[in-house]
Amino acid sequence: MQDSSRRGFMGKAFGAVAAVGALGSLVAMKSSWDPLPSVKEAGFTTLDMSIYEEGVMVTEKWRGKPIFVLKKSASTMEKEKGNAAAEARNIKVGDSNFMVAIGLCTHLGCIPAFRADSNDFKCACHGGEFTASGLVQKVPPPRGFDIPPFKIEGNKLVLGEVGPEFKKMKDTGITL
Amino acid sequence: MAHFTKATSVKDWLNQRLAVDKVEKVMASEYWIPKNINFLWAMGMVLLITFSLLLCSGIFLLMYYVPTVEGAFYSVNYTIMREVGFGWLWRHIHGVAASVVFLIMYIHMFTGIYYGSYKKGREMIWLSGMLLFIAFSTEAFSGYMLPWGQMSYWAGMVITNLFAGGSLHADGLVEWIRGDYVPAQAFLGRFFMLHVVLVPVAILGLIGLHFAALRIPHVNNQDGEEIDFEAESKKYLAGDKAGSKVMRFANDFLSKDMMVVGIYLLFFFYLVFYNYGFAMDPVNFDPADGLKTPAHIYPEWYFLWSYEILRPFPIDTGLVLFGLAQGIFVALPFLDRSPNAVPASRRGLFKIWFWAMLCNMILLTSMGKLPPEGIFSQIGLVSAILFVVLWVLLPIITTFEKKL
Amino acid sequence: MKNKEPLILAIVVIFTLVTYYLVEPYAHHVMHKHVESQDFKYTDLPAITKIGNATNGKELVANAGCTGCHSISKEGIAAPMDAVASAGAYGVNPPDLSEMGAILDANFLASLIKNPAHALKVEHKFDAAKGQMHPMISFYGMGGDIDQEIADMVSYLQSIAVSPSEVTPAMAFENACGRCHAVGYEKWTQIGTKPAFKHEKDSLAFDIKVLEYQDSLKVYMGKLPPDLSMYIRSRSQEYIETFVENPQNHLAGTAMPRVGVTADSMDKIIEYMLDSGDTKRHERESVGMKVMIYLLVFAIFAFLWKKQVWKDLH
Repeated sequence: MQDSSRRGFMGKAFGAVAAVGALGSLVAMKSSWDPLPSVKEAGFTTLDMSIYEEGVMVTEKWRGKPIFVLKKSASTMEKEKGNAAAEARNIKVGDSNFMVAIGLCTHLGCIPAFRADSNDFKCACHGGEFTASGLVQKVPPPRGFDIPPFKIEGNKLVLGEVGPEFKKMKDTGITL
Repeated sequence: MAHFTKATSVKDWLNQRLAVDKVEKVMASEYWIPKNINFLWAMGMVLLITFSLLLCSGIFLLMYYVPTVEGAFYSVNYTIMREVGFGWLWRHIHGVAASVVFLIMYIHMFTGIYYGSYKKGREMIWLSGMLLFIAFSTEAFSGYMLPWGQMSYWAGMVITNLFAGGSLHADGLVEWIRGDYVPAQAFLGRFFMLHVVLVPVAILGLIGLHFAALRIPHVNNQDGEEIDFEAESKKYLAGDKAGSKVMRFANDFLSKDMMVVGIYLLFFFYLVFYNYGFAMDPVNFDPADGLKTPAHIYPEWYFLWSYEILRPFPIDTGLVLFGLAQGIFVALPFLDRSPNAVPASRRGLFKIWFWAMLCNMILLTSMGKLPPEGIFSQIGLVSAILFVVLWVLLPIITTFEKKL
Repeated sequence: MKNKEPLILAIVVIFTLVTYYLVEPYAHHVMHKHVESQDFKYTDLPAITKIGNATNGKELVANAGCTGCHSISKEGIAAPMDAVASAGAYGVNPPDLSEMGAILDANFLASLIKNPAHALKVEHKFDAAKGQMHPMISFYGMGGDIDQEIADMVSYLQSIAVSPSEVTPAMAFENACGRCHAVGYEKWTQIGTKPAFKHEKDSLAFDIKVLEYQDSLKVYMGKLPPDLSMYIRSRSQEYIETFVENPQNHLAGTAMPRVGVTADSMDKIIEYMLDSGDTKRHERESVGMKVMIYLLVFAIFAFLWKKQVWKDLH
């Protein structure tokens, strides 16, 4: 009697040891699917902000994603005056104001196209629209364009590094 | 220890070691099939043949396919399509079969739903079948990534983004799945592995399970009749072939299977040679470009209905309903509360439910491809809501169904 | 018992066809704008009214300065600069004129000589009023009747070119499309077919020349025109034809000019693109026929076998 319960216990104990091994191998498998260090390291881009022209949307690249850079004209700034949501998204480098954002629709990640005549963005996939500041103008996108982590260094913008201006935006929930 | 005697023939030699006679009886000549079934019961064999075509053509494609972001498009469109002898044929067979296999699966599924073939001991057949459907969906999606054209890239982008879970914003999970911030080499490599090793192995195992699940409850029939297989098979073996309600799988039913297969292959190869466009989207003949979204992004036709359930809603609601739509068919045997395992034509409200569901899914499928504008958005929204409503109604109407 | 199988088959077929119709022809009809072809008649351009004289035309071409930019290799007139330098100067290499008389429509050619930006439909890019000049200078006449002069020049270009029936697919493509579009699968680059080099150094030197050419082209066109290797499959034949006939119809504001090919030349261009992107189409058709015949036999034998086996079952 005692013998058979002991055998039952050993069976369970063996099962537990085997389960530990299986779990351990899962850790290895999980990390094999992680992005490689070289992929992560390639994640910084420096932009010279003095070269952009007002009202001309330029697409840069950061971590394989398109980055929209739009230098705002005085008239756009005037129009946005009082619109706190739009103003909070401004990135001021030197005397100029920029919209810098990840150029992917926050719905499902397509690249919206800039429409110069109406000064806004339209996504071809599901019809979402964004303003020149990157705010949602028409659903389905759940929120405005995400802003990439950035740090202002003189006339330059380093994407991928977190500066105080970005930290503030993140803390106040302007971007994720 | 088993006792072996000197073999009198090759067959005897094999019989002593592998019991081939016994196996042949179990698998073919004494595997009893009801006689009152129609050609829809041959869809299993049609699927098996289609899967064999996929496996065979896939093996030849694998020899020249290069799973790198630089080389994939060229290896498919130049090496395989222009250089490899009959490479174009393997590719067209593979592409068309990947699409047609879903058409046959849907016919197979709706046959099961119509005749109640997921009830009274046949639940495991349904469940293993649904697992096969999920495995084939994974196989189709991972395979679609491999030519690394525009649709591969952007479908990969959109579908992996679903794992961010909307407001949960689980970007880490998405990046983990991709192995990069965007679909790139790591992404292509792992989907290549899934497509040629892991998922096919799973499919082979599941096909075994699906067949095994069929053994004990036997095949259903078109009249919902409960057949005493033991008695009927005795009658058959005693010589009353015409009077028995059952027949052998081989060669009796197999000959009918092959007749259906013959007609199916005519249809299939007509598509391969003369009408392959529906299975090989033109957009995917443009090489992948991460900085240029195609004007219209849509999945292959067999995913459209569930895509359309995602599309008309705000992201979180859409994702929840999309997740529900993926899983809900699995639960069919438990949501159908009626004790009647008979054709839908004899089940009152369920008959209406069946045709409404079928038509609604076709409507969802077509709206899923059309641009989400104007009237199409509204029809899509109504169909998506109807889909949910139909599933909510199912347990209610079947609970009140009269026992036949 | 009544045989229900024909009814079931009809239901399966009808539902399948309805789904197919909605997902394929109908959805594509909604998604893609339909543009009617004008059969490459270029009716918006005036027709040539004068009868041209090739001998006069030859003199006019020599004196009007055409050969300051264009080569006419058939007549032994070489280009003043190589392709890369020409692209550097003009944005794109000006074409050799040897076969243009056969490839381009005569009325188009006449309008092109008179007002390139108008004939090419790129006036949105080259607006003379804003000082944006097209690199090809308009012909203002040599003192005589300008329409007669242009008719003579067109007639000269037609006289040196091969007859329209002798235009080959490669000739049509290379002259009409090949200075902007590469076709990698046919080894075609914007500066010509890439030869098989013995030394890697020479091969790389050729590639550098192509890249330099492409840099100029990028500036000229706004972006690098795409490689057309697989275009016959990524765009339909109908789309390519109506697009070439008038690019603005499909893509308003595109930098791609109307090239003014004749309907015959368009067929040749399509053939070239089919050779690149659908190389095995003839094999597909012949094998397809054989396989279909075999499968018919297969189905008949399967049917006869079934009939024999089932004789005892009823």
